[in-house]
Order: sequence, then structure tokens, then C-alpha cells
Amino acid sequence: MTLQQAKFQYLLRLGDSSLIIGHRLSEWCGSGPILEEDIALINIALDFVGNATAFLGYAATVEGNGRTEDDLAYLRNEREFRNLLITEQPNGDYASTITRQFLYDVYTYYLYDALKSSKDETIAALATKSHKEITYHLRHTTEWMYRLGDGTAESHERMQNAMNDLWMFTGEMFDMDEVDQTLIKEGVAPDLNKIKEQWEAHVKPVIAEATLQIPSYNFKQKGSREGKHSEHLGFLLAEMQSVHRAFPDAKW
Amino acid sequence: MSTTPTTENIFKLLSEIPDPEIPVINIIELGILRDVKQEGDQCTVVITPTYSGCPAMKVIEDDIRIKLKEIGIDNVKVDLVYTPAWTTDWISDEAKEKLRAYGIAPPEHSSIDKSLLTGKPRHLRCPQCKSENVTMISQFGSTACKALYRCNDCKEPFDYFKCI
Repeated sequence: MTLQQAKFQYLLRLGDSSLIIGHRLSEWCGSGPILEEDIALINIALDFVGNATAFLGYAATVEGNGRTEDDLAYLRNEREFRNLLITEQPNGDYASTITRQFLYDVYTYYLYDALKSSKDETIAALATKSHKEITYHLRHTTEWMYRLGDGTAESHERMQNAMNDLWMFTGEMFDMDEVDQTLIKEGVAPDLNKIKEQWEAHVKPVIAEATLQIPSYNFKQKGSREGKHSEHLGFLLAEMQSVHRAFPDAKW
Repeated sequence: MSTTPTTENIFKLLSEIPDPEIPVINIIELGILRDVKQEGDQCTVVITPTYSGCPAMKVIEDDIRIKLKEIGIDNVKVDLVYTPAWTTDWISDEAKEKLRAYGIAPPEHSSIDKSLLTGKPRHLRCPQCKSENVTMISQFGSTACKALYRCNDCKEPFDYFKCI
């Protein structure tokens, strides 16, 4: 695998994860539980979609085949997407959305912190930019972890159910393959084992303080590295890509 | 035929472009306009977003093109850069005063620090009555760069320009 191929794949992983979780969050627009939360989630969604535009734009440049970030976002099929499985999971209730966001925010908080010192200058710049935003998001989701986890009996139960459902998708966040190995060697990407240690050290005390339990199962759902997704991604793409596919050359 | 405008002139002209969402300050005061380069008949304008997904960037790009067309520069390239990452530190004290007068509490600390993650209280004042007795309503406000607060003394809600 060449450095260029590895970079392209890696940038798709970063960009696709941001795009898909950004799209998921945008689905809350107009239906948040309270106005402030509606606004908060849409602000966060906007940051992710902006981040995806930048990473997919850079992916297209690295690929060098004349594609643009829009081509990558709107004209690829499900099996070509490299977003983490956790990002495509449905919003469910507010407990699910917050739990999904918290587990993912902590991951990107440490991943992007490491990417700030990537030897690829563009990746380092984008990570520096996004890390500031993620810090802000994480503070928000952490507060809601406590509030709902250690809230009423019902909110606690919903949070625990969300944790039970989503935990299985966290394992693959730290899977590494030839893409990672190639980039680690070149100082472009970090070793995810280290990120895993930081992630665990961060999420465990928050989950405990929110009076929640980490599920005892060891099952790990994986597949995003090879483009194998849960059934939810296809529906999401159908909606997200429909306008662009109906009017492929539309400009506004 | 007019003489070629200097880079200084171009900066001055572009300083007339207000931020689309906070029209009391211009794109130079906000730290969005980073550089202007002239090469032959091409003018390259370098801008950086406040937030990655800031929807105002496209409007700002269009405003720059329109402004430069006014003085006969048609060959305009607008480059969006991400490094160095934008920070509220770049907002001048003068601009902060304009924000306050407009009813937006300006960013209080210097740049991002650990307090953003732990949520330590900030010392910010109500832009209307200057009271420090304020409550945060939401960390996220009407635009990506603002949070929503309320003054407990004069009871007015107000926007706070988030520190990043």
C-alpha cells in the first residue's frame, strides 16, 4: 500500500465519520426536546459537516482523480463509506443520542489531539481547528451524561439501555489495519492503542459518576474499515443523497 | 484608466465588509481576513473560518468578490485556510467594545483552556447593565460562535461570544 492510498483511506474514515454523525445530529433539527438542545445539536452538526467538507475535500485532492468533496459525499454507495459504525446508529431517544455522542466525542477528542502533531500539515491544521470545537461539544455531552444518567429513574433506565446498545460499537474505533500501520510509520496518524488507553481512562469515571454500568459483554461489532455497515447507513444515505442524485449538476 | 490598487488599499476596502451574522464588526476586526496577495492581475484573498461549518464563509467570499469588482479587480481567488486555527484572541479590544455596545458579551478569556472542559464559571458581564450576576441558558446560541446567557439583575437575555 502506498502512502497516498493509505492517506486517502484514512481521510475517508475521518471525513465520513464526521459527515454521518453530523447528518444524524441534523435530523434533530426542529424536533429537539427543548429549544436550547435543538440549537445545541444543530450547532454541533454544523461543526461536523464543516469538518467533513474539509477532510473529504482533502481526500479528493490526495486521490487526484478530479473528484470533489461533494462527489465523495453524495455519489458513493454504502459499501464505499468508511465511517465508524457508531456514527450511523439511529438517534433513538435523547439518551441514545447523548450516549452515542459522548462515546464518540471522547474518541475524537484524543484522536484529534494526537493528529495535531501529524506530519501531514493539512491533517494537523484541520485537527487543530476541530479539536477546539470538539472540546466544547464534549463539555456539553458530558453534562448531559450526568444529568440523565444520575437523573430520574426513567432517564437512568433509558441511559443504561442506550449504553447497553451502543457499547458494542466502541471496540472497532481502535481497530488498526495496513492503512494505520503505513501512516503510523510515516508519523501521519497515531497508534490507536494509545488513544484507546486515553479513551478508557476518560469514559470510565464519567460513566461511573453518571451511575451507569459498562455492559459486561465482550462482543464487538466491527466492519466499517471494510465498508461493512449496519442496516441503518443505507437509509441515511438514501435521504442524504437523494437531492444531489436527482439533480447531479445543480449549482446554488 | 486607474492605477493598480495597492495591497493596503485593498485591505482598507475589504474592511468595509461586515460579518454577515454580526454586522457591527468587519471581517478584519473579527480575524477572518488573513492576507491579500497580488500577482499580475490576480488578487488572492486568504480567509479562515471561525468555526469549521460556519455558513457565513460563502457569503463572505461572495462579498469579497463583489467588493473587488467595484474597483475593477475581476480575477479574484479566495483561499480558505485552516492554519493557524482561528481564535477569539484575534478579536481586537476595539471590536470587543463594539460587540458589547451591540448587545453581545465579548469573549472573556484568552483562547481555549481546560476550563472549557471542566466548565468553571466565567467572569462575564451583562452587556446591558454590566452586572456579573448572570446565568448560562445554553452553551450553544443563535450562531456557531455564540452561547446564550441571561442577566439575573436586568433580566435581559444576551449572546456571549464563545472563547475558542
